[in-house]
Amino acid sequence: MKSEQTALEVQGLTKRFDRLAVDGLDLSVRAGEFYALVGPNGAGKTTTLRMVAGLLRPDAGSVAIFGVDALSNPIGAKQIMAWVSDEPMIYDKLTPLEYLEFVAGLWGVDPMLSTPAARDLLVSLGLEPHLNERCEGFSKGMRQKVALAGALVHDPRLIILDEPLTGLDAVSARHVKGLLSERVRAGCTVIMTTHILEVAERMADRIGVIARGRLVAEGTLDELRAQNGHGSTSLEDLFIALVDVTAEAA
Amino acid sequence: MSTATALTWFARHELRLAWREWLAMITGGRRGRKRAAAIGLVAFAALMHLPAYAVIGRFATLQAPLDKTSLIVLTSTILLAWALMLSQAIESVTRVFYARADLDLIMSSPAKLANIFSVRIAAIALVVTGMALLFSTPFVDVLVLNGGARWLAGFGVVIAIGLSAAALAIAITILLFRLIGAARTRLIAQIVAAIIGAGFVIALQIAAILSYGTLSRFAVLTSEAAAGFAPDAASLLWWPARAALGDLEALLWLLSASLVLLGAVMAVFSPRFADTAIGASAQAITSRRSNRTLAFRGGSRQQALRRKEFLLLKRDPWLISQTLMQLLYLVPPAVMLWRSFSDTSVAIVLITPVVVMAAGQLAGGLAWLTICGEDAADLVATAPLSKAAVLRAKIEVVLIVMGAIFAPLVAALAFASPLQAAVTGCGVAIGAASATAIQLWFRVQARRSQFRRRQTSSRLATIAEAFSSIGWAATSALALSIPAGAAVSGLMTAAIMAVTWKLSPRRG
Repeated sequence: MKSEQTALEVQGLTKRFDRLAVDGLDLSVRAGEFYALVGPNGAGKTTTLRMVAGLLRPDAGSVAIFGVDALSNPIGAKQIMAWVSDEPMIYDKLTPLEYLEFVAGLWGVDPMLSTPAARDLLVSLGLEPHLNERCEGFSKGMRQKVALAGALVHDPRLIILDEPLTGLDAVSARHVKGLLSERVRAGCTVIMTTHILEVAERMADRIGVIARGRLVAEGTLDELRAQNGHGSTSLEDLFIALVDVTAEAA
Repeated sequence: MSTATALTWFARHELRLAWREWLAMITGGRRGRKRAAAIGLVAFAALMHLPAYAVIGRFATLQAPLDKTSLIVLTSTILLAWALMLSQAIESVTRVFYARADLDLIMSSPAKLANIFSVRIAAIALVVTGMALLFSTPFVDVLVLNGGARWLAGFGVVIAIGLSAAALAIAITILLFRLIGAARTRLIAQIVAAIIGAGFVIALQIAAILSYGTLSRFAVLTSEAAAGFAPDAASLLWWPARAALGDLEALLWLLSASLVLLGAVMAVFSPRFADTAIGASAQAITSRRSNRTLAFRGGSRQQALRRKEFLLLKRDPWLISQTLMQLLYLVPPAVMLWRSFSDTSVAIVLITPVVVMAAGQLAGGLAWLTICGEDAADLVATAPLSKAAVLRAKIEVVLIVMGAIFAPLVAALAFASPLQAAVTGCGVAIGAASATAIQLWFRVQARRSQFRRRQTSSRLATIAEAFSSIGWAATSALALSIPAGAAVSGLMTAAIMAVTWKLSPRRG
């Protein structure tokens, strides 16, 4: 359900800590697209997405979410976006339903809509037996699913996920992947970082390869193969070739 | 590796962990601060000699044999120290059960668990005793400097009561696990610790109020009635006091009894330590259920934030135990207030500083939990809500809770003295607002479970919070008795707040 509308437009994004983490990055993601951002450790994936989500202030550059300038109008941008980090941050002393009630309240969702939506989401993620249990005893996978349900309960137009499948068992990972695919089919845009290249290869419409804070390649899997002169190689081989080339060039 | 070598090795490992935990607490977990922390500690210890002198200096010339009143006062002081140590030890033992991440490793190793846990129990006892020695040193120093070397026996008494407090704390905690289960032990242990820590002083104060119309516990201890109830001078009850005065026989008995108690606890409870630890870790994977499955509530985004904060505060074991502690400290003033309805005693003025001080302390803790202790910081930061709106909602929660706790007391005070109620109300409001402001200026994002470390994240904030509470309490008391003094005290406290703001990382 991809459209010509741009969901995310990033230009010249730069962030320096003790070294340059993101180096004048340009990125454009179309509405309804599933975009995977891959790259080696420390390449700047998380920093980039944290700046897009409004968690970090960039040193330079611009970020627009569906045309809303995220730097000058952060609240407008946040209203239509959701962020899920690799370390699920939920409240131990709340139940999944209470957590989703809180998130829905923060995004100002009508309770008439959020109550059934929250229950449906939790049920679809296999959390039905735990709806009224406090999260303090939940496994990493269960916590990640609660965090994901929280991100989806306000029906965002853009979902940004940082390594959402890390630490999940096969069943939980399938639940999460299924839910994300379903959202994309419904017109939602998903941007996800992952180290699991197989997931990017299977799920993403387009893949961006980031290294040393710069986007070094971008396109569908076939486009990436064509750009790099590898006929039918896997994303893993392509990724290693691209990252090696970048490292050598540096 | 022989058993003895293995145990020595494990003991070394335990002490190293305890040392590093303590160091992290003192330095706020930051490297390169060791020297500053050491200088700070020495300065603090030197400074502590002043209050120690004020409290205990007059007892330095006491000589054996003591009269009954002196025996009662000295024994009660030792009992109070022991109760505080027991309270602290229960807290430490509970923490060891729930927080140690190495239990899986230890229990999956081929080592004999009873031996390993005996070492762990001994290490807990050593740490508790070590802390007690550290805090008691200024007091014993004052006694030695003014009364002679015989007071060095005081260190022996501290060791004895430290070991016995640790032994009893371990026994109480494991028994709590057995009786009420791992799920409730953490909360109940904190409440028991609070009651033990505060109970003794409060009971004495209530007795003093009811009998003599004063908050001074010494009124009871030095009364003829207490002397009448007390046993003969030859009684075992006075042995700790005799030991502190330098009676070596009494000291040796005291030390032996403590070691026997600790040995007995190790023998009886080491084999159960493992089961208890398993129970505590299993508790982490069994969740408590909530019955509410109704429709979500509507309202503004700020209301959603406030609702979440209220719910989390309601479910916070630390807050419950601390509120209970503050409420316990408010019991004597409340009893005094009740008594003053029939007897117009001037001592009722003493209620005001106690209430204002309690408000400042409680507000500081509450403000940290709501403002800094955010477990889902990313979620709140990515919500369509300005930072100012988030902070405002959180501050409102602190002030509403403070109002709910202190308004009834101020309202009751209004029946006895409207002026004093007005002054107390203002003191509570300013004290709570100041403590909240300090937390706001020095806020550092943390998880709620890191509450114990809040006082190490910024020494300046901790000291400023304490001085602000004391300052506003003194100002309120002076406003009722010496208004000119209140102006001076109020200005000094306001200056402390101004300097704190100036030095805070968030100004501007």
